[in-house]
Amino acid sequence: MFIWLLIMNFSSLCSALLLLFRLAMMSKLELKEDKMLEVQFVGDDDVLNHILDREGGAKLKKERAQLLVNTKKIIKKPEYDLEEDDQEVLKDQNYVEVLGQDIQESLKNGSAADGGNKVYSFQNRKHSEKMAKLASELAKTPRKNVSVNLKNDPEIMINIPQCSKGHSASDKVQVKNNDKSEFLSTAPSGIRKRLIVPRSHSDSESEYSASNSEDDEGVAQEYEEDTNEVILSQKIPSQNRVLSAPVCKGTPSKKMKRDKTSDLVEEYFEAHSSSKVLTSDRTLQKLKRAKLDQQTLRNLLSKVSPSFSAELKQLNQQYEQLFHKWMLQLRLGFNIVLFGLGSKRDLLERFRTTVLQDSIHVVINGFFPGISVKSILNSITEEVLDHMGTFRSVLDQLDWIVNKFKEDSSLELFLLIHNLDSQMLRGDKSQQIIGQLSSLRNIYLIASIDHLNAPLMWDHAKQSLYNWLWYETTTYSPYTEETSYENSLLVKQSGSLPLSSLTHVLRSLTPNARGIFRLLIKYQLDNQDNPSYIGLSFQDFYQQCREAFLVNSDLTLRAQLTEFRDHKLIRTKKGTDGVEYLLIPVDNGTLTDFLEKEEES
Amino acid sequence: MATSSVSKGCFVFKPNFKKRKISVPVGVNVTDHDLTFRSLTEALQNNVTPYVVSLQAKDCPDMKHFLQKLVSKLMNCCVDEESKEESIQVTQKKTFCSMDSLSSWYMSVTQKTDPKLPRKKRTSSSQWQSPPVVLILKDLESFTTKVLQDFIIISSQHLHEFPLILIFGIATSPIIIHRLLPHAVSSLLCIELFQSLSCKEHLTTVLDKLLLTTQFPFKLSEKVLQILTNIFLYHDFSIQNFIKGLQLSLLEHFYSQPLSVLCCNLSEAKRRINFLSENQCENIRRLPSFRRHVEKQASEKQVALLTNERFLKEEIQSLLENLHVYHTNYFLVLRCLHQFTSSLPKYPLGRQIRELYCTCLEKNIWDSEEYASALQLLRMLAKDELMTILQKCFKVFKSSSEKQLGSTAKRIEEFLAQFQSLDAEAKEEEDTSGLQSKGLQKTDLYHLQKSLLEMKELRRTSKKQTRFEALREKVVNFIDSLVREYLLPPETQPLHEVMYFSAAHTLRAHLNAAPRIALHTALNNPYYYLKNEALKSEEGCIPNVAPDICIAYKLHLECSRLINLVDWSEAFATVVTAAEKMDANSITSEERNEIIHARFIRAVSELELLGFIKPTKQKTDHVARLTWGGC
Repeated sequence: MFIWLLIMNFSSLCSALLLLFRLAMMSKLELKEDKMLEVQFVGDDDVLNHILDREGGAKLKKERAQLLVNTKKIIKKPEYDLEEDDQEVLKDQNYVEVLGQDIQESLKNGSAADGGNKVYSFQNRKHSEKMAKLASELAKTPRKNVSVNLKNDPEIMINIPQCSKGHSASDKVQVKNNDKSEFLSTAPSGIRKRLIVPRSHSDSESEYSASNSEDDEGVAQEYEEDTNEVILSQKIPSQNRVLSAPVCKGTPSKKMKRDKTSDLVEEYFEAHSSSKVLTSDRTLQKLKRAKLDQQTLRNLLSKVSPSFSAELKQLNQQYEQLFHKWMLQLRLGFNIVLFGLGSKRDLLERFRTTVLQDSIHVVINGFFPGISVKSILNSITEEVLDHMGTFRSVLDQLDWIVNKFKEDSSLELFLLIHNLDSQMLRGDKSQQIIGQLSSLRNIYLIASIDHLNAPLMWDHAKQSLYNWLWYETTTYSPYTEETSYENSLLVKQSGSLPLSSLTHVLRSLTPNARGIFRLLIKYQLDNQDNPSYIGLSFQDFYQQCREAFLVNSDLTLRAQLTEFRDHKLIRTKKGTDGVEYLLIPVDNGTLTDFLEKEEES
Repeated sequence: MATSSVSKGCFVFKPNFKKRKISVPVGVNVTDHDLTFRSLTEALQNNVTPYVVSLQAKDCPDMKHFLQKLVSKLMNCCVDEESKEESIQVTQKKTFCSMDSLSSWYMSVTQKTDPKLPRKKRTSSSQWQSPPVVLILKDLESFTTKVLQDFIIISSQHLHEFPLILIFGIATSPIIIHRLLPHAVSSLLCIELFQSLSCKEHLTTVLDKLLLTTQFPFKLSEKVLQILTNIFLYHDFSIQNFIKGLQLSLLEHFYSQPLSVLCCNLSEAKRRINFLSENQCENIRRLPSFRRHVEKQASEKQVALLTNERFLKEEIQSLLENLHVYHTNYFLVLRCLHQFTSSLPKYPLGRQIRELYCTCLEKNIWDSEEYASALQLLRMLAKDELMTILQKCFKVFKSSSEKQLGSTAKRIEEFLAQFQSLDAEAKEEEDTSGLQSKGLQKTDLYHLQKSLLEMKELRRTSKKQTRFEALREKVVNFIDSLVREYLLPPETQPLHEVMYFSAAHTLRAHLNAAPRIALHTALNNPYYYLKNEALKSEEGCIPNVAPDICIAYKLHLECSRLINLVDWSEAFATVVTAAEKMDANSITSEERNEIIHARFIRAVSELELLGFIKPTKQKTDHVARLTWGGC
């Protein structure tokens, strides 16, 4: 049974691999399995290592094959382009060669470190447990020389309850507890990563397992169903494959190639088709870690001492040496775009302070949520060109600016745009307008982009407007400013902004209106512990307001509410019974603060 | 350029009570079209009519907008000369416009400007009483068919009072007109087709004028040229971008190569040599090509070159002169060789001169297999082909005044003369053979066959070449010797670094960058950027001391479409605590957890900014992955 399980696991391991290697693997596996049968006893660790080695080999091969496919594609494409041209002989290989040479040559440019095959490779079906596993692996790596504990690594312990349960339900295999280690291989690709990690199990993560296993006991039950599905779905295709493998063995290589590409496609759809994604159901609430607000987050982060500061400094110095070159290139009609990981804000800031001091420049924080092309143009017309008039449309304004700059060639303007690819500026129209600005001879644009897909903003026409020179500036510095405005997932939006706007709006209202609003706040605060609270119904509210002599008819109340609604102070919702419910979309803490302030004044 | 031909086309064709339509198929490239159309508009405005309007499909979703745009642009383009107030009136009027108003406007305008016309002596006035209106539709394919049809039908009704010429820019094939327009509509048009030059021809022109000439000392090395042409051919077909690449390489060359001071015309360079500083001299001595040159010299001269500045400067002068001569000869021979190879079947050395140039820059061309096969093909050329090629070559050599190759021109002339004499002899021979054949005429079929077979046998056995073959062999050998003598790759020339820009990778990094791969590398392999031993790791695995964002990224790769934030943060915490183990004793564990959580938050929001994940409402406390696969 031991061996049989192993075979099962092997086939599931293969499930994610490409057909070509599937074939190779299967035959190899069969051979190996034969060998395995002869062995009487195999230690847990040996088994594991065995699996890992083999997986590694397959993985390597797979990558190489994908590389081949990729070059093939590169070669193919241009042929279509040139079909109509009278069969000019294009040296495809040369092209690829040149690309390859460049990759080796470019020492400064990290972009080429490894070819596109990894970047655009396909994602395997992922297992829910893998992240935790990888984490513990990563945690281990540097401490290679810590005493090695071969017996039982705690990480394996964690996995047992879930896996065994899953199996026992689906496979009807009686599982004994001492078979633990085989089950590990049910998480195929999780292990795949591990082959790189030397198997040194330190005690260092015992803490992790302790903290985790408590949860896991609970979670495991929730999981049971999910895991069953995973295992089933893995099993079925793998078995099919076992059957089909010998049939396809003899196929010529050409066909295999085609199969491989179609297999890639299949994998894509496999990864994306099923609407159900298996993840754990844990929520942050269970973690009992409150959402931090921006300020505390910043305070906490300031305590972290940045690592690799020497290297970072070196990187930055390297980029700073380019400042004068940038300046020259800007003046010669190119525009500069910076890309690469890490905030480029400081770098641009230093560029500004060192070389742009004496020239007119406009700095645009693209990451600021309120930015728009209109405001950029406004700042140019008003601040730079001292024009007080207004314009009918953005395009008019653009025309005016363009004319102004064309007329007066002594006029010079540097535009620094942080995050040209931000939400607000990435639109087609905005990019068109900025591009037209930047195409002027005496407007110099230097911008940074961060988003993964930022270059997709520009088609050929826009790119020729921008006339970009690309510079890679990987700084690794945190995007502190850039992310601070973002409606981040884990960061609670601080209450300061709504609070001040609340007071502002309320101050401009009549005392009666203020009273109405205060009534609503109080009611909402009274009900804050009620989870099913959906708001105060309009009739009740009217009644209360009448009793407090705030309104005399429901029409006046409605007029007041319209006022509130315009300022987004309240939200109305139709309940199930068709009654209107009123709610203040501000969190309770802010409301309490507000009430306190009101009472003070 | 298409411009001249188009503007000519406007005059040649009579109205025939049809609207004339001129279509200019322009191909896929977008960026250069604007330039083409702009110059076309200018040419038309200068030579034919002031009323030139160009419209784009995105401005005209329907008939109303189409007319509005047309009217406003048309009126704007001629009120420029007139008073400003009128233009304001016009723009206010534009809310209502129809073909009627347009033609009445046209009447009034042409009557107003009529007296002007004879004075300006517009050529068009000979054919039309008033200049026609030219409407350019830049991207015919993207116009909706209905708008086009309607417009053509309506305007054909007004053709008498409103002469209109349409110019369509077609990116695909001319058949598209008939696909877009039914016969009833297209029959209203009088279609004339003009083909704009293919962008590759423009490329050839640019290369010919800028690089394959001694006029400009700046040259590109093989790799750079390869990259630029590849970007052109495989990415955008844009001459503008190609020129941008040239500009950038020029800029890089003069920015990064200190010896580029000498990269100017010969007389100026000679002047500058005298002002070379000690440092610059030292730079020259360090040039690899110069060092090779020195090593070849006799030992006394070596010493002199390395120590005596004056001697060095003289040497540089002569070397630069040599380089200049080398280039002159190089391009002449290159063009000559191109004449020979460009007509060979299958083009073993490429069809365009740029391909030949690239191969020649790269290595000794005579070592390549392609060259050998090309020579073999040359040895099979027919006489008339060979003669036309020789004549072309003769012209090439004649065009230069260089003395060294003057003899070559003479040699070619001699060859030509010999061929001609061959012609004469051949005629005589023919006459004699003609007599012979007359004698044979009376034999029967059997005998004829027999004699033919005999002749064949004879020809096969006698390896003796005819005189033409001998001469052809001579010509080919002559060309071969020319190539071997003059088409040496520039690397062999001392001081070639002064003229040749070779930093291909910088060019590529700045023109054709790969931001996505850079991001991938930075996240996967931080050691690439941060040269810290702690970050060194095997492929596909990162150490736990790596920057937070790398760890978070690595962990998120393990998930499928949705990621549970709690799992993620726990995994993150595991990794980070393991890394921190040593120095964590000072602060309490609670505080440490807080900090780690904060770091996790930061990493996650950075990944969100980079576009790897986004918040989702599918499940509480989950984020969605936006990428699939490795990056």
